[in-house]
Order: sequence, then C-alpha cells, then structure tokens
Amino acid sequence: MAYGLLAPSGLFLLAFTYWPVIRVTITSVSEHDFGGASRWGPGNYARLFADPHFGRAVWNNVVFAGGTIVPSLVMALGFALGLSETTRLTATLRTVIALPLLIPLVAAASLFIFIFLPGAGLLDYYLGRFGLSETNWLGDPSLALGSIIAITVWKNTGYYMLFFLAGLAGIPQDLLDAAKIDGAGPVQRFRHITLPLLAPTVAFVLVIALLNVLTQVDHVIVMTQGGPSDSTALLLFYIYQQAHQNYDIGLASAATVVSVAFLFAVSAMSLRRLERGIHYET
Amino acid sequence: MKLKHWSLLLLSALALLWAIPFAWMAVASLRPGDAGAMDIASLFPSGPFSLANFTEAWQSGHFPLWYLNTVLLCGGILAVQCVTISLAGYAFARLRFPGRDLLFYGFLLQLMLVPPILIVPNMQTLVALHLYDTLAGVAAPYCASAFGVFLMRQTFRTIPREYEEAALVDGASPLRIIVSVLLPLARPGLAAFAIVSVTSHWNEFLWPLMATSSPRNQVLTVGLASFTSGAEAGSEWGVIAAGTFFVAAPLLVGFMLFQRHFVSSFTFSGIK
Repeated sequence: MAYGLLAPSGLFLLAFTYWPVIRVTITSVSEHDFGGASRWGPGNYARLFADPHFGRAVWNNVVFAGGTIVPSLVMALGFALGLSETTRLTATLRTVIALPLLIPLVAAASLFIFIFLPGAGLLDYYLGRFGLSETNWLGDPSLALGSIIAITVWKNTGYYMLFFLAGLAGIPQDLLDAAKIDGAGPVQRFRHITLPLLAPTVAFVLVIALLNVLTQVDHVIVMTQGGPSDSTALLLFYIYQQAHQNYDIGLASAATVVSVAFLFAVSAMSLRRLERGIHYET
Repeated sequence: MKLKHWSLLLLSALALLWAIPFAWMAVASLRPGDAGAMDIASLFPSGPFSLANFTEAWQSGHFPLWYLNTVLLCGGILAVQCVTISLAGYAFARLRFPGRDLLFYGFLLQLMLVPPILIVPNMQTLVALHLYDTLAGVAAPYCASAFGVFLMRQTFRTIPREYEEAALVDGASPLRIIVSVLLPLARPGLAAFAIVSVTSHWNEFLWPLMATSSPRNQVLTVGLASFTSGAEAGSEWGVIAAGTFFVAAPLLVGFMLFQRHFVSSFTFSGIK
C-alpha cells in the first residue's frame, strides 16, 4: 500500500530525475559515425575538454561563484544582523532587500539592460554627473561578467538574508545577554556566540548558493548571449548553447554529466547536513 | 548605541541603492514616451504622468495569452503536486515499509538534481512522449516535488494520530483519511508549499524557453524576453519598464499583502 502512495511521485521522479541522469550519461559516451551507426567511446569528452569555449565557461563559472557567493552571503548576514530587531524602519528595509527575490531573473535583466545602457542609461547618467565618462558595462569583455555578477548579487542577497534572519531568531537572547553582562563587546559576542550558533544556517545557505551558481543563467541568455567574446558564458549557458543553437547533443550531454558530477559531489558532502539544515529551519 | 545607529544608517543607504531598479521601473513606466530621451534615466518623477507606456506594452505584447499560460502552468503544476506530495508525504510520515529510509533519500536527491541541469535529456524525453511544445510538457518535470514531500511529511507528523484513529476504526481507506482528515489540518503546510511552488514557476525562464517553440505556448517570462529585445531595438525604455511591471506585479503585490506568509514559506523551503 505504501508503494501505491509513493507511485505517483515515484513515476515522475523516475521519468524526469533518475532516468535523465542515466540517459545523459549514455548519450555522452555514444559516438556517431557518418553512416549513422553509433558505438561507445569517449569522443564527446575528448571534444569537450579540447573545446576552449568549455574551458572558458568553467572558468567563468568559478569566477561567477566567487563573485556572487562571497558578497551576497556577507551582505545578507550584515543585513540580517543589523535588521533583526523589528521596528518600522527595519521592517521596511527588510522588505526592500527581499523584493528582488520575487521577480523573475528575466525581469531583473530587462531593468538592468537599461541601467547598464552606455551613455543614456541610469548608471552612466548618474556617474556622468561625477565626471565619469561613458562605460560599456555589458559590451566590454573585462566588465561584462562583473555586471552579470552585480545583478545576481542584487537578486539573491535578500533571499539569503531571510535564512539568516530565521537563524538569528533561533539564537537564545539570554545567552547574548549573559555575555554582555560578562563584559563581552559586540564583536566578541558575534565571534563567539552568534557565528558558531549560525554555522548550520551558513552551511545550508552555502548549498543553496552553490546550486544557484549552476542554475541561474537567464540573465546571460537575455542580456549578453555569453558574450562579448565568451566573457559571460557560464556552464549552463554553454550547455544551452550546444543543445539549442548548435544542436550538438553529444557535447551538451558530456557537459551536463560534468555538472551532474559536481552536484553529486556537493550532495555527497551536504545531503545529511542539508536534511539537518531543513530540520533546523523548520 | 553609536554602532547601532551607524549601522542602521549604512544599511538604509544600501537599501536605497537596492530599491533603485524598482524606483526606475515605476518612474519610467509612468513617464510619457515623448518626454526628452535624455531624462529617461532620471529617478525623480516629474509630471505629466501618463499610462501610455502601459497601453502600448499591453498592445504590442501578448500579455493576456502569456498571463493565461503562466496561470495555467503554475495552477496545473500545483494541482498535480498537491496530489503527489500528499500521498507520498503520508506514506513517509505514517507507514512502515521495507526500504523506507532508502527511498526517502532517493526522493531527497531531487533537491540536488534540479531540473535546469537536466534540460538536455528532459528535452529528449519530452520529444519521445510527444509533449514537446505543450504546457503539459513544461509542467511534467515539476509534478513530483521532493521539497513538497518533505514538507508534507513534517506537517503530517505534527498532527496527533488520534484524529485518524476514529476514521481507521470506521474502516476508512488511507486515501479517505488523507483527503478528509489530514489535508484540512495540514492547510498551513500546503499554503506554504503553494507560495514557494507558484513563485518559482512563475519566475522560471530557461526550461519553458527550451520546452516550447510556438508563440501560443509562451509564458510571461519567455514573452517578456522577446518583448524586451523588440522594444530595446526601438529604445522604448518606458514601454519595457511597463512590460516588466506586468510580469513582476502579481507576485510583488502578493508579497506586500501576505508578507509574513511569504517569508515563513521561503525560510521553510530553501529549495524549490
């Protein structure tokens, strides 16, 4: 009977979570001759690792990870610490910081296309008043990834802040009061009480942030198409490009397997912690 | 005391910075199209105001169709999910059977193997099932939800067994117990799940873009992307701001009205 109740979920998981992993692995090691016959072989991987675009996408993704995770987690924690008491002002500030998480990444991209517009755009318009000249934020290969990172930080920080706020609410106030009476300053209280007790939340948010790094490419698709000269191509964008534009399913599959392997590594490290983390949040 | 005031000042300044994209969206969408092009970047509202940008966005995009498709997609996914997660959540919360823990971990795996990663093989599956370019195909990978199963399991566990026992004595089937005893009591859990589910699918872009090809199956995000690139070519920034508002407004309004529910659902979730 239990299996009957699990069947509907199980069927969908089988078709769209487990089977795709198997299927993409099989496709990634299948090679096609010109005659159409297929055989096993590492050809797709050989092509993948020889493709400079792939190497660039992986490297961009590493930069993107560091550039988004560190600032957004630090700022989210800062906001949560500063806004944990509820007054009318802090409640308003929290709402403002949280708002971006409600809008689609594509909508954020539509707004930022204008913000980053060279010359007449919002950023240049106001920077121009300080005498700074026109900048091609999305068209300059050395700036484009930074611009994409900025949007992502803007979009995600509020989301992470909510977790830190929930985590902070779980820290017993009398512990902090006791330390205060013993003469511990705000920095000491943060270092020795708040941060250690917040560790499970930090670990949990880090896992979500790592997932976001691999799955958020909507703004890249809408704003830069990976360019200029591959400077904003991320791993999932590379996969999308191979599958949707170049119709190279073998290469797209091999790249997918690389992402899945990375995800398995993250989950092997964190599945238990993740489950504890969810318990902790609930 | 001092430190606290300084930090509030700093955070207020940052929050002001955070609000700029929204402020620009509001100001630019209300500014008439023939106002000086140079001032389109100004964040300060200056009259006259007009709704011309909204009218033009509404007419040049297919917003009624995109709204309809998005509502159908989110509603359809949620309806199926409610069935799948209630049944599985009940099994994991109340029943003992061989392999339960192993299966539970198997379910949790979906928290990691998120659908955007699997777009390539899932596309092939859709084609094989003749679901490519249908809304049902877009919905299919989301019909099972590990997060939902986890949430329902937790919610069911907080309900005392006494509620079910009377029904069990009367010979009610598990299905009957779930529908008429447990689900009414689990309403807060279901509401939390609904908020997370609708938000994440309302905002999703890549998969609906990949899984559909004809304009009649476009959802709001996919529509907005093509709408924006069209209006961008004509430098119609006020119209883009208005179109973006159409896409983002329903959830923003919902958030303003039910902020506490939204926040608790999101912190509940973490993962969609």
